[in-house]
Amino acid sequence: MEIKISVKNLEAFYGKNKVLHNISIDIPKNKVLAIIGPSGCGKSTFIRCLNRMHEVVGGSIKGEILLDGEDLTKTDPVLLRKRVGMVFQKPNPFPSMSIFDNVAAGLKLNGVRNKKLITPIVEKCLKQSALWDEVKDQLDKSGANISGGQQQRLCIARTLAVDPEVILMDEPASALDPISTTKIEDLIFQLKKDYTIVIVTHNMQQAARVSDYTAFFYMGEIIEFDETNKIFISPSNKQTEDYVRGRFG
Amino acid sequence: MSYSVSKKEKNNFLKRFFPSNNLGDFIFERLTWLFALSVFLLVILMGYEMYEGSKISMQKFGFDFLVNSEWDPVQEIYGALPIIYGTIVSSLLALIIALPFSIGVAVYLAEVAPPWLEKPLSFLVELLAGIPSVIYGLWGIFVLVPWIRTDVEPYLSDKLGFLPFFRGAPYGFGLLAAVLILTIMVLPIITSITRDVLKSVPRSQREAALALGATKWQSTIIVLKDAKSGILGATMLGFGRAIGETMAVTMVIGNRALISPSLFDPSYTMASVIANEFTEATSEMYLSALIQLALVLFVITIFVNALARLLVWSMDRKWKTT
Repeated sequence: MEIKISVKNLEAFYGKNKVLHNISIDIPKNKVLAIIGPSGCGKSTFIRCLNRMHEVVGGSIKGEILLDGEDLTKTDPVLLRKRVGMVFQKPNPFPSMSIFDNVAAGLKLNGVRNKKLITPIVEKCLKQSALWDEVKDQLDKSGANISGGQQQRLCIARTLAVDPEVILMDEPASALDPISTTKIEDLIFQLKKDYTIVIVTHNMQQAARVSDYTAFFYMGEIIEFDETNKIFISPSNKQTEDYVRGRFG
Repeated sequence: MSYSVSKKEKNNFLKRFFPSNNLGDFIFERLTWLFALSVFLLVILMGYEMYEGSKISMQKFGFDFLVNSEWDPVQEIYGALPIIYGTIVSSLLALIIALPFSIGVAVYLAEVAPPWLEKPLSFLVELLAGIPSVIYGLWGIFVLVPWIRTDVEPYLSDKLGFLPFFRGAPYGFGLLAAVLILTIMVLPIITSITRDVLKSVPRSQREAALALGATKWQSTIIVLKDAKSGILGATMLGFGRAIGETMAVTMVIGNRALISPSLFDPSYTMASVIANEFTEATSEMYLSALIQLALVLFVITIFVNALARLLVWSMDRKWKTT
């Protein structure tokens, strides 16, 4: 198992309030890691540390996060976020941009202006995110004028266009209907060939369906981290078992 | 079958007129509705009164009132073109100067400033908007106008005198003073509304941009693009304020109905004409012409403000639906 991100003794704070305690975890490359746990357990905070979005909202961190062996807490966050993309809970396409421009946004932010270069990338990413067939005739339409499920796949396409190595997903399907959710889950399955994926989810069936590894968070700590099968069939920790059996959370 | 009103039927009868079970609530609802309606009626009534009041002048001058540039109470000839020109030009120039500053301040407040600084700064900006305009006017007369006379106008005519905009005698009082004072007056309005509009853009938009590797600057540009229509609305509200501004402008603009390309020359605005000349309007025609001027101002102001509000509202709605 090749390690993509290695988190060592990570602590995260909001002001003086400590929300993550001593997190250490090795995130395997080209696999899907699901983070599960009850509300307020620090799941979202954890993945927001991985692309340093945690700092944007005024948080701070201690500890090491090694991305391919390099401590990302000491690198430029703008450069880091090009390598570690993120898909949010609520679809957030740019409403003032067309579908095409939404996907191209990341490229343009990076200074790519050449339309000949952009067009094939946009098409590729929309195909990768299984949206191409639905929107290919309306690429000029506003990114906000498509359904919620389509918007979320558009956001995934937008993330892919920057060509990240890691994709973080913060409950990407929780605002979507079951059909859209299935599409997103299929997509995650496709994407792990090329990307390392960390997905936060509230939905344990979803975690069981899409992930290779699962980490159970509780009260800002990792209670258990193992292969998904093991976590859901024979967890070694009592709390994990209670949670995956639906006894609390 | 004899007809008698049962207690139940009586209740139904009451219910038809008092749909809410509670009489107090019913009265409350209708009363507030009436108050709300009265605002609307007031606007209609004002428009109607002004229309009636300006009939004589309308009949005599017709469309000429708007395009004739002679405003001569002695000869009883009223053409409002220079006054409309002065109003529009002073307001537009003020907007052009104020807009970049306002957007700059608003962006700082909404995007950059830490919370402990944002609150007091925003408060100060709103405070500026609340200063009575006569105080701005007084400041204009005693500080701004002398400064323009001794420093700004000589400097401008020296450096840019080859342009027709910066020629003529440096009086101090004139279009330039009015433009500058209006700039200061519309700045807080445009700033505070732009700030609100920027803040109504959800955080998820900024995060979306940042997560793609945008810098703070790039994410701000995206937010500004999202807020375009709202900023346009804020600008128009500023314009509505500027064209209606009376006291401060009257005190510094020089008060002469004149179309001149030079910013140094005196000018006149609709609001200042009305304020200045109402007391001297002895003839019926004079009065009627002033009321017609008021009507023109009224229509422009209502139109501009309505459009501006619609733009600002559409901004809010956009985020509620997506």
